[in-house]
Amino acid sequence: MTAAATPASSPATAGERPGVRMARSRRNAELSLLFLAMALVAAYGAMVEAKVLDTVTPGFWVPAAALTAVFLGMHLVIRFLAPFADPALLPAVALLNGLGVGFLRRLDLARATPEERADLTIFAGIGGRQLAWTLISVILAATLLAVMRDHRSVSRYAYTLGLAGIVLVMLPAVLPASISEINGAKLWVRIGSFSIQPGEFAKLALLVFFAYYLVRKREVLSLASHRFLGIDFPRGRDLGPVLVVWVISLLVLVFEKDLGTSLLYFGMFVATVYIATERVSWLLIGLVLFFGGAYLAYVLGEAVGGPFANFYLRAQIWLDPFAQPYDDGYQLVQGLLALGTGGLFGAGPGGGQPLLLPEVQNDFIFAGIGEEIGLFGLSALLVIYLLIVERGLRAALAVRDSFGKLLAGGLAFTLALQVFVIVGGISKLIPLTGQTTPFLSAGGSSLMANWLLIAVLLRVSDAGRRPVNGVGGKVNRPSGGPPEQLHGAPTEVIKP
Amino acid sequence: MNAPLRRVGIVVIVLFGLLFANLNWIQAYKADEYRTSDYNGRVQVAKYDRKRGNIEAGGTALAVSKETDGELKYLRTYPGGAKYAHVLGYEPVNGTATGLERVENDFLAGTSDQLIVNRLRDMVTGDRTAGGNVLLTLSRQAQDTAYDELRNNNVGATKGAAIAIDPSTGAVQALVSMPSFDPNPLASHDTNEATSAYNELEQAAGRPLRNRALAEVLPPGSTFKIVVAAAALENGIGKETQIPAGSSYTPPTSGEPIRNAAPSICPQAQVTLMTAVTDSCNTGFAKLGVQLGPDVIKEKSRQFGFEQEDLTVGRLGEGGLGVEASRTGSMENPDGGVDPAALAQSSIGQRDVRMTPLQGAMIAAAVAHNGSQMRPYLVRQLLAPDRTTVYDTADPRELRRPVSGQVAADLRDMMVSVVENGTGRNARINGYTVGGKTGTAQSAPDRPDHGWFIGFALDSNGNAVSAVCVVLEEAGSGGSAEAARIAGRIMRAAIAQPGGR
Repeated sequence: MTAAATPASSPATAGERPGVRMARSRRNAELSLLFLAMALVAAYGAMVEAKVLDTVTPGFWVPAAALTAVFLGMHLVIRFLAPFADPALLPAVALLNGLGVGFLRRLDLARATPEERADLTIFAGIGGRQLAWTLISVILAATLLAVMRDHRSVSRYAYTLGLAGIVLVMLPAVLPASISEINGAKLWVRIGSFSIQPGEFAKLALLVFFAYYLVRKREVLSLASHRFLGIDFPRGRDLGPVLVVWVISLLVLVFEKDLGTSLLYFGMFVATVYIATERVSWLLIGLVLFFGGAYLAYVLGEAVGGPFANFYLRAQIWLDPFAQPYDDGYQLVQGLLALGTGGLFGAGPGGGQPLLLPEVQNDFIFAGIGEEIGLFGLSALLVIYLLIVERGLRAALAVRDSFGKLLAGGLAFTLALQVFVIVGGISKLIPLTGQTTPFLSAGGSSLMANWLLIAVLLRVSDAGRRPVNGVGGKVNRPSGGPPEQLHGAPTEVIKP
Repeated sequence: MNAPLRRVGIVVIVLFGLLFANLNWIQAYKADEYRTSDYNGRVQVAKYDRKRGNIEAGGTALAVSKETDGELKYLRTYPGGAKYAHVLGYEPVNGTATGLERVENDFLAGTSDQLIVNRLRDMVTGDRTAGGNVLLTLSRQAQDTAYDELRNNNVGATKGAAIAIDPSTGAVQALVSMPSFDPNPLASHDTNEATSAYNELEQAAGRPLRNRALAEVLPPGSTFKIVVAAAALENGIGKETQIPAGSSYTPPTSGEPIRNAAPSICPQAQVTLMTAVTDSCNTGFAKLGVQLGPDVIKEKSRQFGFEQEDLTVGRLGEGGLGVEASRTGSMENPDGGVDPAALAQSSIGQRDVRMTPLQGAMIAAAVAHNGSQMRPYLVRQLLAPDRTTVYDTADPRELRRPVSGQVAADLRDMMVSVVENGTGRNARINGYTVGGKTGTAQSAPDRPDHGWFIGFALDSNGNAVSAVCVVLEEAGSGGSAEAARIAGRIMRAAIAQPGGR
């Protein structure tokens, strides 16, 4: 808690000293950035049409205008319900979301015959559906901001959410493959043509539970008993919760055939444990457990196959995708070729051949976009993701309660990890797993869950940046919150 | 809890740094390898993104790219179907192009250096540079006639070739190889369809993908006597000079007697050279060959174009479809001395003598064009994509001069006599002077003979207007007479519509 001892060292906490500097909501900055982002989205749409259709239609601005209207609504909600929220989050997410819609619309244009193109209305095709999902997701995010006036209020439902999270994670695994399996990964619940990935929502629910649980248990978990190689290792009985989550992750890995989701949950948990306990030993234990488990799954997959075979196959593809370029390695090979063809500058919006990529609207959207905007464009996208993540972490730093810190920090890290898993997967940095690319990939559940995640980050950042009553005073907490917790007490600053 | 949060922030930066480094590796370091990878369909799609130029003859497009709704934007189609297949070749989606599609690929695709100005202009205007157009020398009427007559020949031959050239320029007027094939399925965007069509053709009897007019070498039979006659004329023998003949001739040291095609042909002890050519007297030419010696005959053959390995037919300046070298073969004993039997047989176009149909047409053309053999070519002109600028108009050039004007005139007289009084009567054309030489060549004991005809047509002023070679493989008896008839039809069509010069 070094930052708490010297609050002025962090700009985000400057508001705690009104005498030094007035807290500013910076809502107008948010509005300007939002317009800038939407101007970029409109320009992207125009460039795509110029390249794909050889002409810019008079209606090129319509999707961008619709998005602008939606995000302006969100901006107004933030202005009234979370006036001190971080001003960079909404524009950054809006830009990614808008580019995603633009790219999906670009796929529609490429797929449509010349006659169909005329009929490509604003809500037609996957681009139009993504636009509709954006509308719904943003409304839900706004609703969450309205309902959750204080992020700590959700901790009251922590156990319910935790249980719901586990159910959501395990649901596809126990359902028959016919309604849960798409392209070899059992991650889905399909009802007719409608499908959701419950795991996307499980992330949020589980994080609320983790944060609450760890705030309660962090004192116990940070107790060290064995010191080995200069690192304090926890007592064996305290390992319990970590082992439980580890086992659940491995079960997900094996039965849902998805290393990515497994890595995501386990990484999420280890990160929150580490943030809560400040013990490096938990990180080491987590890494050893995870990589040990993955290696074990690999060995078992080679030796006995069965439920481990899929993971073994994925690892094989990762090691040498060009060994079977037309069947098993096809996706990854095509992704690499798309990225390589894009090169430094890319083929320009609309100039690539994304339809050659399997699953370009989902898993491989980053490769599809990468072919057209090149290394420089992808680097910019990564920077925007990084900006969102670091703003989330900054909200965690600024907020005063441990639950909020764990929640925001965990969410921000999870977002980063998801980007790492999918972008690393398609670029052969790590084995490929089916993950959505946050805010870009087509798909309602992913978009919705990530917008809810952003709503929580906005709420936490609002709490962190909100000015307090009086110098060095107490947090301006609405009534009805949980009692103040022990770790918030100033005695903690004497801890080494 | 802020210290671990900050460290998590650093971990995130490290993770993103790894992504960034890896993207650099793929998009910068490995980019070229991936871009040009065999598994990268983008190269192909990009190729089909721009309109490939036409190949045209006589104002008609024979190979055109049509816009499609598919991912590959343009489909290559060949409206002429099988008729022009061996000249144009085809451009498959996967695999190597053949024919002029391959030879002129850079220009047709628009990537040629010659089109750099167009590309620069299109870069400014934002248009996608189309490919240039290739205009051929072919006479559509001559090509039609050659194709139809070969296919419907009266002796039932299933394999053969015909080629007609303008003797005064070398412009190819017709080029047909039989059997032919439809190139359209081979250019299909459905690669399965294209592959199965190719496999079927590859295994078909008669090997339809083979361009027999340029690539098939066959024993030329009596058509080779023109070369021997040329050598004789240059070695003190006139066209009215009496040469030894007879009903049978057994060369020294070998028991195999050479006979004439019929007992009525030159049974007397001596005939004039003119008669020997007119009636295709085997014994006369066998004796003549032995008298002249192998070096003279080989040298004369070489001067007519035998043994040339690097001849191509396409653009005059450069490149083109490869032509198999014609050969006179060995006329020696194993110990290196002259083998009179081999020499005698070679002198009537048998033994190891092998000739392409193009070579036959070039011999006739040289005779018709006063002893000057023009370099054969197929590409008349290259047109810019917008059809305004003309690149590379063909400028006919002499390839070689195998015989003097006088020798050529004598040969012409003898060949005209063949058509007017001898074995080549079927080739006659009203109002034109036609000369030629038939040939019946044995290939193998168990196979029917090949029927050959080489010839030319002169207009009333004595100017050469067309030279032709027709071969009907394994046609059997009557093959050369049928070849002469077809040759006459082709030349008549070429006269009516000479094609590009």
